Amino acid sequence: MVSFTPTEDQQLLVDTINRYALNDIRKIAHEADESGEAPLNVVKTGWQIGLVPSAVPAELGGFGELSAITGVLAAEELAFGDLAVALHVLTPALFAYPVILYGTAEQRETLLPAFLEETPTPATAALLEPGVFFDPRDLKTTAARRDGRIILNGAKAYVPLAAESQHMLVYARDSESGRVDGYIVARDTAGVQIEKREQLMGLHALPTYRVHFNDVAVEPDMVLGGAVGCDYEALLVRGNVALAALAVGVARASFEYARDYAKQRVQFNKPIAQNQSIAFLLADMALEIDGVRLMAWEAAWKLDKGEDATQEAYLARQAANKMALFVTDGGLQVLGGYGFIREYPAERWLRNGRGFPTFDGLALI
Amino acid sequence: MAIDFTVPDNVIMQAQMVKFIAETTMRPYARQLDENEHERPTAFVEQMWPILKEQQRASLERLEKPSSSESGDGEKKKKVSTQYLRLMVMVEMMAWGDAGIYLCLPAAALGGAAIEAVGTKEQKIRLLSRFAEGEQPVWGAMAITEPGAGSDNSAMATTAEFDEETNEWVLNGEKIFITSGKLALEESNGLVIVWATVNKAAGRAGIKPFVVEAGTPGVSIGKVEIKHGIRASDTAAIVFNNARIPADNILGSPEVQASKEDKGFKGAMATFDASRPLVAASALGVGRAALEFLKEKLAENGIDIPYNQPYHKLTAIQRDVLEAEAAMKAAHLLTLRSVAMLDEGLHNSLEASMAKVKAGRASTFAAQKAVELLGAMGYSREWLAEKWMRDSKIAMIYEGTDQINTLIIARRILGYTRHELS
Repeated sequence: MVSFTPTEDQQLLVDTINRYALNDIRKIAHEADESGEAPLNVVKTGWQIGLVPSAVPAELGGFGELSAITGVLAAEELAFGDLAVALHVLTPALFAYPVILYGTAEQRETLLPAFLEETPTPATAALLEPGVFFDPRDLKTTAARRDGRIILNGAKAYVPLAAESQHMLVYARDSESGRVDGYIVARDTAGVQIEKREQLMGLHALPTYRVHFNDVAVEPDMVLGGAVGCDYEALLVRGNVALAALAVGVARASFEYARDYAKQRVQFNKPIAQNQSIAFLLADMALEIDGVRLMAWEAAWKLDKGEDATQEAYLARQAANKMALFVTDGGLQVLGGYGFIREYPAERWLRNGRGFPTFDGLALI
Repeated sequence: MAIDFTVPDNVIMQAQMVKFIAETTMRPYARQLDENEHERPTAFVEQMWPILKEQQRASLERLEKPSSSESGDGEKKKKVSTQYLRLMVMVEMMAWGDAGIYLCLPAAALGGAAIEAVGTKEQKIRLLSRFAEGEQPVWGAMAITEPGAGSDNSAMATTAEFDEETNEWVLNGEKIFITSGKLALEESNGLVIVWATVNKAAGRAGIKPFVVEAGTPGVSIGKVEIKHGIRASDTAAIVFNNARIPADNILGSPEVQASKEDKGFKGAMATFDASRPLVAASALGVGRAALEFLKEKLAENGIDIPYNQPYHKLTAIQRDVLEAEAAMKAAHLLTLRSVAMLDEGLHNSLEASMAKVKAGRASTFAAQKAVELLGAMGYSREWLAEKWMRDSKIAMIYEGTDQINTLIIARRILGYTRHELS
């Protein structure tokens, strides 16, 4: 039966995150963006909402709830607060979710309990690579088998929380078969070289790093999913859906701010929202946001049913990339001169919104 | 409730049946009827009349004898209707067959929607029975637009005066752009809902809906339009010259009739909340026809559309097709949302306008790209691409232009009245 109403539990979660977004994230978002650090207590509060812990299987002490629909609803609401903080809160999922989905029994038992702690457990994944053109199906980071071990070589970009994470999941292409797998790498492994923080146009409050892998040796039991491996394509699909939902959150933040501003900003003796040029731009922004939100929902719904959502997720991501730029650019434009001033959030939303085509590997549901 | 996109099996089955009708009685005649405007889609009409007649009969039966399960409030709440979902799926499929032929559906159509929305029970039974019986198909229509009153239909000049001596309403004026107007009044025993003012000074509050039946003296068909697209559809003007209709042919309860507020006008607007999602559905059908055809022809020429390539590895053609496909997908889901709300009995003005705007834009984009990307053959009348491009444009115009619907969206999101944002 066709329905656009979340379950009661999902609505409660959305309401909770909405309060967190407005009461906690929004209050520090500007300062965090300027200083490049999100306050740990705010990240901790986000962690305690329990998204990642509740995804841990019940037999390991979690709730076993890894629902993609719940994931997109939560992602939108977090990003509505601030994208950098949202990604900060969700970065451990980049490591935990693939282990939940594809990890061997031993990997799950040894690695997942850490994610049930009261304080967030930093862990991350490395997918994106430096360079002008990135194709997740043509990774340059390689995995070669040598003397019963796997040797990783290559470079990764924008690896979130790399410096503080004990473990990272590194995606690399098997140099013989071409198959892509995830490799669980401890941060202090020889050959892992974490450079200084990336300096990006947006996401200032999220520490991201360039990481080099120089002959990094990985034991065979540290291949995600062991001999079976993981479904890398399915992880890319989950990434696309997550990014689409986050883009909706950023865009909605920008739209709502511009809408409210336009109603109270008086020029020529009336609110500027009473001009069709402004009102119609806002209408188109609202329309495009809703369209992409529903695309993300549909893709997530297919994922939860265990169906192939490749096409839906891809279209949602492509549409989200364009929508995020259109809406956050419009959001800044409605504010005129104030939109250009960093004291106001519109320009931050544009800087963050512009990044979506690039953010491969930074989010997962 | 939970977020769910599952279309029930019986609706999918119905869609398959309509697909068969589209493939056998619409597509094969699409070009011929486009080239010979004002010819009638006989095969389609003959196929559809018994089906639609039966549906109307069943609907009237329910009205006369509500079953016990529907009268109990508790039962009603449990069972969510799929009426509009079914309509959406069927309209989309018929427009996929041919958007112009689809508009020739022998049924009460928009006239019926107005009767359903504001008519009394007695009026519903009296006026809609003709769509439920007989060998000959019957058409209904709705007349709002006038030469001087398009989007601003509160400016309409057609008048209705009550003649107390004869107990009749007397209509004078001209209505234009009436879908199936000629079919309703000249080619069948149909009817047209005519919006006219009983008091020009009262503005919107003076505008009321009247039922004009075929054979009414003083009513004549004026110009029959020659159009850019949907050429199989009958688009007529109707002239009223002291046309007399019975007193009880003013639609609605005495309360609505006498209302000094604009309840009657609001009734017209309420029918738009239900009809706009269906216009969106028809746009989806045309857009899908164009997009499917485009992809098929591109594939024949060695160009497949990937769903896993990064943007920099896509060709310009692939980017265009994917952009059209994403827009169509968003339009489809927005339309689905607007009909799901109708089925749940929720107010959907905002969502209906969003669906219509997005669907109109997405389908025109898809069809225009099909013409462009198929080169000489896209522009040729040998194939249907150019026809779909012409057909697609109407969805951005009728039932409120793209601009009017954007205005409605803007008012809703800003919480503005029509006085605050005009």
